[in-house]
Amino acid sequence: MALAANNIDATEALIAAYPAPSGEGKWASDARVRALTTLRQSGAPVRRDEYWKFTNPARLLEPAKPAAILEADEVPVFEDTDKLLVVFVDGVFRADLSDDLTMEGVEIETLASAMSKDIHWAADIYGVLEANGQNPVSRPLAALNTAVATEGLVIHVTGKASKPIALRYIRSGADTDVMVHNVIKLDAGADLTLLESGPAAARFNSSLEVEIADSAALHHVRTQGRDHERLAATHMFARLGKESRFKSFTVTVNGVLTRNEAVIEFTGDDAFATVSGASAGDGAYHHDDTVFVTHDALNCESRQVFKKVLRNGATGVFQGKILVPSHAQKTDGYQIAQGMLLEDDCTFLAKPELEIYADDVICSHGSTCGAVDETALFYLTSRGVPKDQAQDMLVLAFMDESIQEIEDTALADEIRERLGGWVERHKD
Amino acid sequence: MLKIENLKASLEEEDKQILKGIDLEIGEGEVHAIMGPNGSGKSTLSYVLSGKGGYVVDGGSASLDGADLLDMEPEERAAEGLFLAFQYPVEIPGVGNMTFLRTAVNSQRKMRGEEELNAAEFLKLVRARAKDLKIDADMLKRPVNVGFSGGEKKRNEILQMAMLEPKMCILDETDSGLDVDAMKLVSEGVNAMRDGKRSFLVITHYQRLLDHIKPDVVHIMAAGKIIKSGGPELALQVENEGYADLLNEVA
Repeated sequence: MALAANNIDATEALIAAYPAPSGEGKWASDARVRALTTLRQSGAPVRRDEYWKFTNPARLLEPAKPAAILEADEVPVFEDTDKLLVVFVDGVFRADLSDDLTMEGVEIETLASAMSKDIHWAADIYGVLEANGQNPVSRPLAALNTAVATEGLVIHVTGKASKPIALRYIRSGADTDVMVHNVIKLDAGADLTLLESGPAAARFNSSLEVEIADSAALHHVRTQGRDHERLAATHMFARLGKESRFKSFTVTVNGVLTRNEAVIEFTGDDAFATVSGASAGDGAYHHDDTVFVTHDALNCESRQVFKKVLRNGATGVFQGKILVPSHAQKTDGYQIAQGMLLEDDCTFLAKPELEIYADDVICSHGSTCGAVDETALFYLTSRGVPKDQAQDMLVLAFMDESIQEIEDTALADEIRERLGGWVERHKD
Repeated sequence: MLKIENLKASLEEEDKQILKGIDLEIGEGEVHAIMGPNGSGKSTLSYVLSGKGGYVVDGGSASLDGADLLDMEPEERAAEGLFLAFQYPVEIPGVGNMTFLRTAVNSQRKMRGEEELNAAEFLKLVRARAKDLKIDADMLKRPVNVGFSGGEKKRNEILQMAMLEPKMCILDETDSGLDVDAMKLVSEGVNAMRDGKRSFLVITHYQRLLDHIKPDVVHIMAAGKIIKSGGPELALQVENEGYADLLNEVA
């Protein structure tokens, strides 16, 4: 279908807003050309698109507007975790603020360095997983990212990483417009924990492409927040080999508009993946999780567990799909999305989708939306817990099912603590 | 201790009066039992006393040691020393039993202006009390009542009661869903708390519980009123003859 004239203009404006990368290796420029072609075919996202009905993409297409930076009143995220810290300031890698990028079992390189080379393993992943993820649902902002992003890391994990790699996105300017693209390749049996944190930018577009080979494992924990006026569109593409594991959890507090897309594809048998998240917003808050899981192998298990706590007119969106082709027998797919509405003017929009062609599978999905359970509230208060404290306990308990998807208990506890802080700060 | 005068209450959502003038006075250290047919308002009485939402008090009063209960929030009533053991204890996924207990104990202490228990003191106390009720460490760690059997839930109610040390305990059909052994265990837990000062209101359908928890006074409730009061023999009469004769006698 031909694009409308105004969409062609919008798409070109989007591309023109970023400097065209040059002087890169052929594989990199080829990837960029492919992505630009994809983007020009699909056009910029519009409200009419099936997967943008619940979230108006218009604000994501405009240049970043000045957005207030929140004074840091909490310790930085993952402060107590022994980690290899990598810092980006306004989307630019800062070697002076980062740890030395060397660690046993891991090779880390900047995206710019990888792209300057004529031959690089990243050619098999960069823009490739993203391109796969464009079908059947187009993801124009991910294509844009592939076409123009010059910052990010290229990480090759060859063994068991001795500590997590923590990417910290610091934001210094009020009107920053940032694009980051990370690529991770895990060799067979390799194991890595990736942490991401920080408000990043007034407008942030990030892409993460992950190739997980047989029996490898990637644990991913990400915090988004707490700056409120920021916009974020993130994309995660993961391809899983035989008996591999991928666990990704995102906590989002505040943010006028956040769209987190995840595209998971099982290509090897007996693999496991979970994509989960807890989000909490107060007032002008719009948070969207859009997940697409394709079971292209036998006996794989996927989980999607999302909890959203909404206050004072906040909106939460969940669009989750599990696709099971006819050959993907013994698939186990689980999906739950729940909204807790603390006031009547909040909105939770959920679209769970199961598309199953195999006949020997277990797939379940559930979605609920409601207020704090009055019966539980009475039970707690009847034991002497003050009502507001009892409500906080129930709000945190509500989000806990998603936090339990995090494997590392220390990380899970830190997430709990941060959500506790948010709940404490957002009272009547 | 507990003084209820001409208490009348309706359901908030429908114009239906459930309690139609309850008069009841329970003295210090006394154990009273309330029996009555289904729908007579026994559970409603326990909810109205403890402050559950959804009910409107149409008239009358209820006080605990002179303090007006009906004017207080549920947590204030609890801090005053009122405790309701639920007929159906609520499952709360995501809230650890220990965290819940400690929060409850310390919230009450704080409201009463007492010093809060530190983690070590609390742990010591809860372990001792849990042991008496044969509640293992695993049950304490699990989320509140989640995956507990009927008997475990009721024992957990008694554990909360033992930790909170209320003045006035209301047990709403604590015997329902219990096998004989569990009933014995729960009753022993309750009896251990009888110290001549603490008072109990035991709501039950069956005389059997009253063999274990011996009441001083038995009340029969029907259609929102207490229609007859007497000694333990009244419970035996109900067990043997049912409510029909009693109801006719009053009518």
